[in-house]
Amino acid sequence: MSKPDDLVVYDARLSSRFLLGTARYPSPAILAEAIRAGGVEIVTVSLRREAGGSRAGESFWRLIRELGVRVLPNTAGCRTAKEAVATAQMARELFGTSWIKLEVIGEEDTLQPDVFGLVEAARILCDDGFSVFPYTTEDLVVAERLLDVGCRVLMPWAAPIGSGRGINNLFGLRALRAHFPGTPLIVDAGLGAPSQAAAVMELGFDAALLNTAVARARDPVVMARAFALAIEAGRAAHLSGLMEPRDMAAPSTPVLGRAFDDGCEA
Amino acid sequence: MRIRVNGRTLEVEAPTLERLIEELGFGEQTIATAVNQAFVRGKDRGETLLCEDDSVEIVTPRQGG
Repeated sequence: MSKPDDLVVYDARLSSRFLLGTARYPSPAILAEAIRAGGVEIVTVSLRREAGGSRAGESFWRLIRELGVRVLPNTAGCRTAKEAVATAQMARELFGTSWIKLEVIGEEDTLQPDVFGLVEAARILCDDGFSVFPYTTEDLVVAERLLDVGCRVLMPWAAPIGSGRGINNLFGLRALRAHFPGTPLIVDAGLGAPSQAAAVMELGFDAALLNTAVARARDPVVMARAFALAIEAGRAAHLSGLMEPRDMAAPSTPVLGRAFDDGCEA
Repeated sequence: MRIRVNGRTLEVEAPTLERLIEELGFGEQTIATAVNQAFVRGKDRGETLLCEDDSVEIVTPRQGG
């Protein structure tokens, strides 16, 4: 029997809400150990040019297959819808999955998504049978368009990829969550600390995807565990009902019956 | 025939994408291909004729975020 709080995305039911990227680790062994330590069920992968006979890609792919996790290929680095569509099609054949993390990058300094190309590529890929995970901003209109063309999950950024800044636009992310209460929302980029991951989960986001903050930590394995705990804590806090902040103090210890009170309660 | 493979200009003899992959030593490697920014399925490589100045992409699995 599945747990009641499983995350359902497309055809998958997942107990972990921690997605992990596979790039920039000190070694393949540390990557594998980080995936295990974080209890991760989905990892992102990519595809790149390779010279004949190099076989670097083969060994990486063997490692991932042996871990038994689901793969979410990305279209990282694509600058146009056409590039992203062709990359997604190559990824489907290479990895044997119709899942695709769709990235169409529009600006170099922030790696901000080109949301026009993103919607165009998402439309083509959804029509072609892909399960599209679009990397997007917190823009509500873009989100609506992505859902219109067939996306069933959204992956908004918290901050630019690799920046570790945490939530850049709290109002925007809150609004996104409020506007699409039934859509799985996975915060994709810009989280640098476990506390930031907990914060997005407390806001009600469904999952968080990390890479740089784990891979470049002094100890990626322990950091993966730290993010897993934070994501779990943030989720539990969201489900259990956070208190509303107040401007003024409210005593937590009952005042009634306090010693030395001028009143006469027993 | 002069074509571009993964961004490099090469002189090749192969008339098809399948033969090109053999010529470049990919053997049984797990790869995916595109010609002129259009995906070419593995089963279609034998019938995919190459032309002068074509741009071929040959990719393999890699780490990604």
